[in-house]
Amino acid sequence: MSQGAGGSGSLLLLAGLLSALGPSPTSSIHVYTQREVYGTVGSHVTLSCSFWSSEWISEDISITWHFQAEGSRDSTSIFHYAKGQPYIDDVGSFKERMEWVGNPHRKDGSIVIHNLDYTDNGTFTCDVKNPPDIVGKSSQVTLYVFEKVPTRYGVVLGSIIGGALLLVAVVVALVYLIRYCWLRRQAALQRRLSAMEKGKLQRSAKDASKRSRQAPVLYAMLDHSRGTKPVSEKKAKGAPGDSRKDKK
Amino acid sequence: MLLLLLGIIVLHVTVLVLLFVSTIVSQWLVNGGHTADLWQNCTSGSVFHCLTSSTNEWLQSVQAMMILSIIFSVLSLFLFFCQLFTLTKGGRFYVTGIFQILAGLCVMSAAAIFTVRHTDWHQASEDTSYGFAYILAWLAFPLALASGIVYVILRKRE
Repeated sequence: MSQGAGGSGSLLLLAGLLSALGPSPTSSIHVYTQREVYGTVGSHVTLSCSFWSSEWISEDISITWHFQAEGSRDSTSIFHYAKGQPYIDDVGSFKERMEWVGNPHRKDGSIVIHNLDYTDNGTFTCDVKNPPDIVGKSSQVTLYVFEKVPTRYGVVLGSIIGGALLLVAVVVALVYLIRYCWLRRQAALQRRLSAMEKGKLQRSAKDASKRSRQAPVLYAMLDHSRGTKPVSEKKAKGAPGDSRKDKK
Repeated sequence: MLLLLLGIIVLHVTVLVLLFVSTIVSQWLVNGGHTADLWQNCTSGSVFHCLTSSTNEWLQSVQAMMILSIIFSVLSLFLFFCQLFTLTKGGRFYVTGIFQILAGLCVMSAAAIFTVRHTDWHQASEDTSYGFAYILAWLAFPLALASGIVYVILRKRE
């Protein structure tokens, strides 16, 4: 009985130990780069490479960059970092154009290529190994070198539409503002008119009809307030327009 | 009065339909089994597949102008109904007319830019001809202009 208890106890201990250990994370190294990078001739471009390792970053870490030119089938090694020392290509096509800006302890393995040329079109591969964590996929970034960087699709489209709508909105707002100020001034004028006597009113109505040549709004307002007198003026002014809309 | 109103609305809706069809349908340039328009180039024949058009700036400006013309025309229709009920007696449909005229001008500039610059993104061969969507766009221009002018000279009754 005690043996059985002891056996089951040790089994329990083993089970507990195993459950504490695993599901152990897939211990591989993950490397991340951009997919595509665009650069203009003569400028510089940063090829960024970051990685994630489940192990502590040791001094044995190694970072390598390979380059495969567009249309070619071989891949040459252009950069190597090992034992805390960066080794930059000084005999190949990137001679004196490459710069190491990475920091392995910050999990960054980026390089900068200056003075781009059309021969730099191709695929760059970043590979990081952090012993004992060495299993993992490397990551690739494709470099495109242009004469000038093409604007993204939709910039011109959006700016034309946005600009036109904005312009129209501004003009409409201005027109309504001006009309609002004009209407306020006419309302004040009307108030002054109605405060005077009827005789004086008839004289000022004649003046107002002269003003109505340039002020159609005033004509409309007098039409509302007065019954008989401005109808003749309305007929005289509105005759050409009314003849068009006569058949109803 | 009702007949006139109906006629004006039918004209406006016709302009709108022309604008929509010419913007959306893929028939601006026709080349044998190959059709190209503002948004995609399609090849019919044994295999039917479509590719998006190039990202040329002039093509984008043509697209923008067509979209703007549709926006202005729809806005003009909406404003017409607004002004029908809110305008004082004897007033004119200025805002409606101006937007419709703007729509017409946009269509004209879009078609003109397309005519001048379509060789930038589409190699012209001998049997490339203009499709019916292109013709509809040119048709929409005078109709939109006429519709806008009718709105401007129209006066509201009762």
